[in-house]
Amino acid sequence: MVAKPIIAAEKAVELIKEGDTVMVGGFLGCGSPPALIDALEQQGTKNLTLVCNDTAFLNFKTGACTHVAKLVAKKQFRKIVVSHIGTNQETQRQMNEGETEVVLVPQGTLAERIRAAGAGLAGVLTPTGVGTEVQEGKQVLDVDGRKFLLEKALPGNVALLKAKKADKAGNLVYDKAARNFNPLMAMACETVIVEADEIVEIGQLDPEIVVTPSVLVHYLVRSKKQG
Amino acid sequence: MEYTANKEVIAKRIARIFKDGDVVNLGIGLPTLVGNYVPAGVTIVLQSENGFLGLGPAPAPGREDPALVNAGGGFVTIQPGGAFFDSAMSFAIIRGGHVDATVLGVLEVDQKGNLANYKIPGKMVPGMGGAMDLTVGAKIVVAATEHFDKSGASKLLRACKLPLTAAGQVDFVCTDVGFFEVRNGTFVLKEYFKPYTVDYILEKTDADIVVDKDCREVDLG
Repeated sequence: MVAKPIIAAEKAVELIKEGDTVMVGGFLGCGSPPALIDALEQQGTKNLTLVCNDTAFLNFKTGACTHVAKLVAKKQFRKIVVSHIGTNQETQRQMNEGETEVVLVPQGTLAERIRAAGAGLAGVLTPTGVGTEVQEGKQVLDVDGRKFLLEKALPGNVALLKAKKADKAGNLVYDKAARNFNPLMAMACETVIVEADEIVEIGQLDPEIVVTPSVLVHYLVRSKKQG
Repeated sequence: MEYTANKEVIAKRIARIFKDGDVVNLGIGLPTLVGNYVPAGVTIVLQSENGFLGLGPAPAPGREDPALVNAGGGFVTIQPGGAFFDSAMSFAIIRGGHVDATVLGVLEVDQKGNLANYKIPGKMVPGMGGAMDLTVGAKIVVAATEHFDKSGASKLLRACKLPLTAAGQVDFVCTDVGFFEVRNGTFVLKEYFKPYTVDYILEKTDADIVVDKDCREVDLG
């Protein structure tokens, strides 16, 4: 197995260019890569498209601002593709005032569109969203008497992911509910960067428990937890 | 008769729907309370759409794990025999018919089984999260809601006005005044909760209601 470069978060985010589609793992921040997000905020790259489950927490009253919400607050996205923005008042404000295009996608559809992009599929047929606003502008197919929406694959340029443990080849295991979208996004982007709490030698991860196989991963970053 | 909102009554009644071994997904907010009232002798397996089965109660103070949260971001635990998985598997379980029941919150619900709970255009747009997949995929969809909103208007309607989360997917609606089945484009009143009466419910609800022939009073106090 070939070892993948272990680089600093600041170097890793240099791979993200203006206009890119960036996928960020995590669910309300659980499973998001903190050092990579901070480095991207520092770098300040704009006009990005975000693909994420949600936009984490941002509350005007309490001042809370976590995970990808930091990038939303810096207005680094021109487009945000997520399933939920209820915990981020700034995303809602940017949407309502027309500053940022926000596309709301049912969570299961979002997962499958990302998976499809990484699996060589043009898209998926799902019953989710039939008869709702989600159907608008989409092809509806009748399969054996039931209606399905054609939901197209959703690829990205760069994935910013978080793992509990990686080996130097890039095999990954995750931590409990922090897995969520990370393994799917690892399939769907040209460049996959993983922030790992622990990086071990090749051969030290049991192949039987690897969740994301190494060939999907391009760069490793040590999380601050590891020091 | 005076109406008093009562979430506990709603949670208690919904918890009686489940059979031993049911796989259940509870929405955030009022639906989460349902888990507190599952009758003795019935064990349900809770699915958490952020990626696990076997959702357990909140941990003891000091035992919180940032990697073990529910779909609302709250600290939880996992039961023995539980399992973690990614979001594609989570929604394959949901969409694929492997979840027996889901309980979801309501902005509006109507007699055709339509549910609106993710968007008030121009005002509040939290997004649908996993709700659209849950309503399509779960075998039983239960809408949990106080019977009236803060202005006193009926939450049960003839036709939803807000953008729909689910088109014709709701099976049961449980409020704090009664338990309804959605059948053939109308609400069917199955139970009315003490101290409310059938007449009160028919008069105050802005929808067509058929009273089931076996409709009965239930005391959930």
